[in-house]
Amino acid sequence: MLNGKTWKYCDNVDTDVIIPARYLNDPDPAALASHCMEDIDDTFAGNVQAGDIMVGGWNFGCGSSREHAPISIQASGISCVIAASFARIFYRNALNIGFPILECPEAALEIQQGDEVSVDLETGVIEDKTTGKTYQANPQPPFIQAMIDAGGLLKYIKGKVEA
Amino acid sequence: MGMTMTQKILAAHAGLDEVKAGDLVEAKLDLVLGNDVTTPVAIGVFEKNGLTKVFDPEKIAIVLDHYTPCKDIASANLCKTARDFAHKHAIKYLFDVGTVGIEHALLPEQGLVGPGQMVIGADSHTCTYGALGAFSTGVGSTDMAAGMAAGENWFKVPDAIKVDLKGQLKPYVSGKDVILHLIGEIGVDGALYQSLEFTGEGVSALSMDDRFTIANMAIEAGAKNGIFPVDEKTMEYVNGRFKGEVKAYEADEDASYSRTVEIDLSALEATVSLPHLPSNTRTVKEVAGMPINQVVIGSCTNGRISDLRAAHEILKGRKVADGIRCIVIPATQQVYRQCVEEGIVTDLIDAGCAVSTPTCGPCLGGHMGILSAGERAVATTNRNFVGRMGDTKSEVILANPAVAAASAVKGCIASPEEVMAC
Repeated sequence: MLNGKTWKYCDNVDTDVIIPARYLNDPDPAALASHCMEDIDDTFAGNVQAGDIMVGGWNFGCGSSREHAPISIQASGISCVIAASFARIFYRNALNIGFPILECPEAALEIQQGDEVSVDLETGVIEDKTTGKTYQANPQPPFIQAMIDAGGLLKYIKGKVEA
Repeated sequence: MGMTMTQKILAAHAGLDEVKAGDLVEAKLDLVLGNDVTTPVAIGVFEKNGLTKVFDPEKIAIVLDHYTPCKDIASANLCKTARDFAHKHAIKYLFDVGTVGIEHALLPEQGLVGPGQMVIGADSHTCTYGALGAFSTGVGSTDMAAGMAAGENWFKVPDAIKVDLKGQLKPYVSGKDVILHLIGEIGVDGALYQSLEFTGEGVSALSMDDRFTIANMAIEAGAKNGIFPVDEKTMEYVNGRFKGEVKAYEADEDASYSRTVEIDLSALEATVSLPHLPSNTRTVKEVAGMPINQVVIGSCTNGRISDLRAAHEILKGRKVADGIRCIVIPATQQVYRQCVEEGIVTDLIDAGCAVSTPTCGPCLGGHMGILSAGERAVATTNRNFVGRMGDTKSEVILANPAVAAASAVKGCIASPEEVMAC
């Protein structure tokens, strides 16, 4: 069970604002985290607490294929991202690095900045403890869940190439 | 139920007779691509997981194009990591300074991608090769690492939007205007998780360079890929370049689409995208006169020879307006050389342009033309997000090369007709 305070953002949060290209020349996760979201929220990197939860709108993570985007959010301490929808490359990248993301339009719309939220990754149940409302996120397809359970894409692939 | 063109390519590479939207398949890859930003992260993942062998050193391309020639020590370290890995694994297609071009202009030009192929690249604009009738899509570094190790990856079979093209483009209206118009119509997530399948009698009138530009920006509508049918123009382009077997897939008559969007090419006007989303489109006429500080002509979207010729037609014998910086970046060495041979470079320098070696540079705010707070650029690039080309208070307006050149001459957003009439 994940518990944390939320950081809420708008629709179409793009990978250039999640981690601007001027910082991509140092792919160290901690270095990336220190600049995460700074172009739309310069209070984030300095104040985020381990376990906090990020909430976005539609098309979260659109733009570039840079895996540095989910890496920077994960390394900043965020435990999961809830959004109305995710851009597809960001979606793949997050799953591939074992970073939990949940698609749930109702929760993404209603949860407010600073709410205390808990997330059960197994059931996909999201609870906004500030308002007392609960939401059900879309479940992961079984193949994806199996890949996550195997320890991520590379572990899965390694098993195949070494078989 | 029939299959779309994309679904047929996915089925063929997954060894299946049939797939349908929503299926998860594991498919064989014909090429795996990475650049100087994404490859080092993929190498880290590859090595951390104890992988020691690439599946095929002739089916991996590493293109050092983003921050090259290296802009700083950190970028030099990234390139060194990628270069060392390429040498260690005898990767056949390493493109470094001197041979490098912007990846999505370079790979088709060098014949490394062709019709019917299945390509992934750790760069979102990998969708460009759909212009050749290939399935190609952008992925992240972990996917690149998996592709390099296994020569396959998993894919969710996408649904598709049919984009039915008819008519013919007017002068100074190009593939860029087609795709900006489409993104303006359907939005930046209008094709999320789906294919954009371009079809209709209008396709045959579009040049290959126009098709590359259109497929290139499919990602800007959220699409997984954009794809064109294979026709005579495609074959003319690939003949003499592409060494593999050409496989021309066609959508079935009864293929299912989530929706159809019709575009009358003859009715399109030169179009721009205002800050800060590619979907924020206006016709050039609606925003003419808006002041600017910089013009960038180049990128994987619009740095091909026809783009440079279009800019040249406007700038030849004219001058870049006082106070405007006009940066021109041919996308590959071959395009650069052609520009030299055709006298384009001389005319652009005489007009007051800076002409650079191939690099992604300013498009992603890397180097070679970063904007200060309050500055505005017209660029033939593909994204105008907050801070994309520099300071978060700078602005990027997306346009076609003729409009960008006309704007450089006038010092504000301007139409090519207006400049040519002077």
